[in-house]
Formats: sequence, C-alpha cells, structure tokens
Amino acid sequence: MAKQISVFLENSSGRLAHVTRVLGDAGINIRALSIADTSDFGILRLIVNDPDHAYKILKDAGFTVSETEVIAVRMPDSPGGLADVLDQISEENINIEYLYAFLGFAGGDALVIFKVEDIKKAREVFEKKNINYVEAQDLYKL
Amino acid sequence: MTYWDQEKECMARDNLEKLQLRRLKETVFRSYAFVPAYRAKMDAAGIKPDDVNTLGDLQKLPFTTKQEMRDNYPFGLFAVPMSEVVRIHASSGTTGKPSVVGYTRKDVDTWADLMARALVSAGADKRSVIQVAYGYGLFTGGLGAHYGAERLGASVIPASGGNTQRQILLMQDFGSTHLACTPSYALFIAEVMHDMGIDPAGLKLKAGIFGAEPWSEQMRTEIENKLYIKAYDIYGLSEIMGPGVAIECPFRTGLHIAEDNFLVEIIDPVTEEVLPEGSLGELVITTLTKEAIPMIRYRTRDMTTLSNGECPCGRTHVRMQKVLGRSDDMLIVRGVNVFPSAIETVLLGIPGVEPHYMIILERQDNLDIMEVQVEVSEDIFSDEVRKLEDLHKRIAKELESNLLISVKVRLVEPKSIPRSEGKAVRVKDNRKI
Repeated sequence: MAKQISVFLENSSGRLAHVTRVLGDAGINIRALSIADTSDFGILRLIVNDPDHAYKILKDAGFTVSETEVIAVRMPDSPGGLADVLDQISEENINIEYLYAFLGFAGGDALVIFKVEDIKKAREVFEKKNINYVEAQDLYKL
Repeated sequence: MTYWDQEKECMARDNLEKLQLRRLKETVFRSYAFVPAYRAKMDAAGIKPDDVNTLGDLQKLPFTTKQEMRDNYPFGLFAVPMSEVVRIHASSGTTGKPSVVGYTRKDVDTWADLMARALVSAGADKRSVIQVAYGYGLFTGGLGAHYGAERLGASVIPASGGNTQRQILLMQDFGSTHLACTPSYALFIAEVMHDMGIDPAGLKLKAGIFGAEPWSEQMRTEIENKLYIKAYDIYGLSEIMGPGVAIECPFRTGLHIAEDNFLVEIIDPVTEEVLPEGSLGELVITTLTKEAIPMIRYRTRDMTTLSNGECPCGRTHVRMQKVLGRSDDMLIVRGVNVFPSAIETVLLGIPGVEPHYMIILERQDNLDIMEVQVEVSEDIFSDEVRKLEDLHKRIAKELESNLLISVKVRLVEPKSIPRSEGKAVRVKDNRKI
C-alpha cells in the first residue's frame, strides 16, 4: 500500500504550475501523477518520494490536500500485461475507482497505481493470486 | 435572570405604551419645531404635531429614508444647534454621500446605557473582559460597544478591527471573556486561530456579541462550535443610534428591541402598508429619546418579523427575528427575489461546507446568470471526481429548490474568497443593465 497525495485545483491557468513549483522548491520528487478534470475543477493525484512532507508543504501553502491509500501493482511491460491483472481483479469483484501508470520502470516491469474501493480485500486477492504489488517504502525510492 | 434596568426592561405593556406615547409626542413636536425638512413633510401631508394623540396615530406620519439623510447632508436633520452636539458618526454609503448622525451628551449617555443593557442580556457583568473588535471611528460599532462596556464597569480592550493575530494574542494574554465584532470576522478569527494551532478551549472566551450584518442560525452554530462560545445577535444602525437597539436574551428566540426608546413597525417594502404582528416585512423605527437627530418612521431596509409573545426571560419588550436580509440588498435575479442570507442558510446546511461564499451575477444575452462560489475544505474534498461532482450537484440542487432559480455552482480553492475584517462582501453584481 502506498500514500497518494490528492490536491484540489481550480480550473484556472497557473494552478498546476504553482503546485509543482511548491513541491519542487521543497525538494519533493514526483514519481507518478494523474489529473482528473471537469469543466470547473481538477484533482491532481501524486505519488512522491516523501508523501508526509509533501502533504504538509501543500497544506501550508493553502491548498486543499488529502492523503489516500492506493496500491502500486507490478506487471510485465509487455502486451496484455495490464489486461491479465485486470481480469484477475474483476473475477474477484474488486471495484476500481481509478488507475494510472507510474513514471519509469522497476527492473523492466511496468507499475500501475490502483485506487480500489476495498483496499484490504484487494490486498488479500493480490496475495492469493500472486499479483506483485510494491510496498510503500520501496515505491517512494524508485 | 439578571437585568441592567429591570424597571424598563420588564415594564408592563400598558405602562410601556403610556411612556412611548408621551415620548412620541415630544419627538414629533421637537422634530416639527426644529427640523425644517420634517416640518415641510408634515405640512405636505397635512399633519400637525397635535394630531398625534395615540400610538396608532404614528401611521399618519410620513416615512424617513436614507435618501433624505443624503439630501440633508451633512447636518440638515439635526434638531439641536451644533453647540449641543458632542459626537458625530457616519455610516458608509456604498453610493453617494454617507449619512451623518449627531449625538448630544444625553444621547451618548442613553446609548451607553442601552449598550450596557445589551451586554448584560448577553451574560456580561463588571468582571467581564470585553474585547471590542468592531472598527473604531466614524462607524458606530467600536465606540458604541466601548461606551456600553465601560458603563457596565467591565474591562474593555479597545482592539478595533483587523490585525487578527494580535486579536488572538490579546485574547490569550488578557483573558478576554467577551468578543464584540461582526459574525464574519468572528469566523475569520476562528480560522486564523486554527491555522496558528491555538485551541480555543484554552481561552477564557465565553460569549460573543455579533452584529452589523445579517447572519444565519447555521452561522451561529458554526461560530459556537469553532470558538466554544455562546454567540448573541445584536442589532443596531447608526441612523437610529448604533449597536444596542435590540439584543438577544439567553433564550435567544429573537432580539428584544429597547421599546422604551424605540417604536417599531413592520411594513410591506413595496406598498408601505403596515403589516400585522408576525408578518415578514421591513422594520421601521421611530426614536423616542434621541435629541440631536430624532428619526420618525425611519425605513431601515432590514427585513424581519416581530413577535409580542411572552419571553421566559421576563423582558416585556417586543422581539424581532434575526434579520433575514435587506430589502435593498435583496437581489432580483431573473425577476426572483433572492436574499444572500438564504443562500448562506442552504450552504451551511450541507455538512462540511464552509461559510465562505461569493455570489457573482452576470448578464449574458439579456439573461441573468447567478454563480455561487463555494470553497472546498478538507472536510468535503475527495480524490474521486464522482464524489466532488455529487457534492457540486447537491449544492446546486438545494440552492435551486430553495431559491427557485437555477444557480451555477463553482467549487473554488480554500481561502480564494477574500476574508473580511468588517462587514463581509458576499455579492459581486457585474450586470450591466
């Protein structure tokens, strides 16, 4: 399991630049990110090298921030790699809220960040099915 | 129950009405004799001071409006020579010139007494430490609360408005028990306190006396929960006197109007017809003891209802409900009357929504568009778009079903809406009509 930092962004120019600048100035390295947007607002989701520090920095800078538990799943970087994992997850009725890919690789494998409805159950399923997930401390170091 | 002036506050109605009639006749006589504008109005209406023989005769007299105060700027409505005036205040005019009011020595004395009465009603006594965070100056809030607190014998901290961190420091170090300011500033203080990591439970603050702008019951709950205090609503306006015209008692079922000093009516703001007790309408006040600038049937533009029912506190004075809004701040959006306070009530009824909002009006292709900006706090933020969109829809739907017009809701970042240290600015009307 890993901690994702979620940030509320108004849809106006310069907001994303501002968040990333605040993080950059604090020496926080972004490992993965995704942006969900609507016509009015966006939600920036981040995996960083030091989530607790990033949370504090952003909160102090006046952003609305939350920490969310997600799972980083390791899978072969080859055609059908993600499909295989998703099939197994759907067989077990695990609902996925959203997912996004990690920047870079882990030993030739791809990493995908999953936000699921029931994280405990997902973990059990992953263990049962031998789906490879990455522990938080290893993930932040990648 | 503790009172400041039990004889006046708990006077039997028939005695109170006798007192009111005597004072009304004096006020009308003096206005006619010494204020040319009043005499001209009464002559035009065919009324002489001698025609006022019952409280009901009040209805024969013409109204006084804020516009007349501007027309007679600055001192035209004064009923005494300037040598008798010891104090001048003015209310900020959003358009045109301010309205100017004067006070004789006796007026200042009456005001201090009524303000002391209000503070006692809100649980203060001579041992209280009262921090006055209303602005000091031409605005009546600061000096009005100050003189009342001194009259009571409490210890007054004349902090004036602004410099919020220092306000909090004073509360901590001087042990303020009562805070007097606008309700929106009280919330801002709570927010800054939170940001500074100060727990209000560690303060001696017990109660707040909040006024000078309309606020909702939900906002009261919010202030009480954030500052751990009891919040009392106080009413007043510079044209009539300043703060202390009406105050809540511990039962908080309305604000007792100091009827020994003020005669009140509720009218329909459009037809100007006097409405029966319990109707919602515009509050009209006639001063009964003011010397420097008597006001006859002053149209306050504040919308409220009056109730004469018995109050368990023992005070016999009529109660006005919390001001719902202003008959002239009332927005007309696509022909529908909208009070900003109604929007606030809806927003604060949704868990987690902060009382920081802004209403923006635009006109596109001859159609009014109302946008309500709501700050996204951590309590309502989610990393899932669906949940935020659900919240967005819920706010829009609840506003629409309450206001009966469609509303564009916009979720904005925290603290992006400007905070006020005085009266909050809630509406930006960009319509070019």
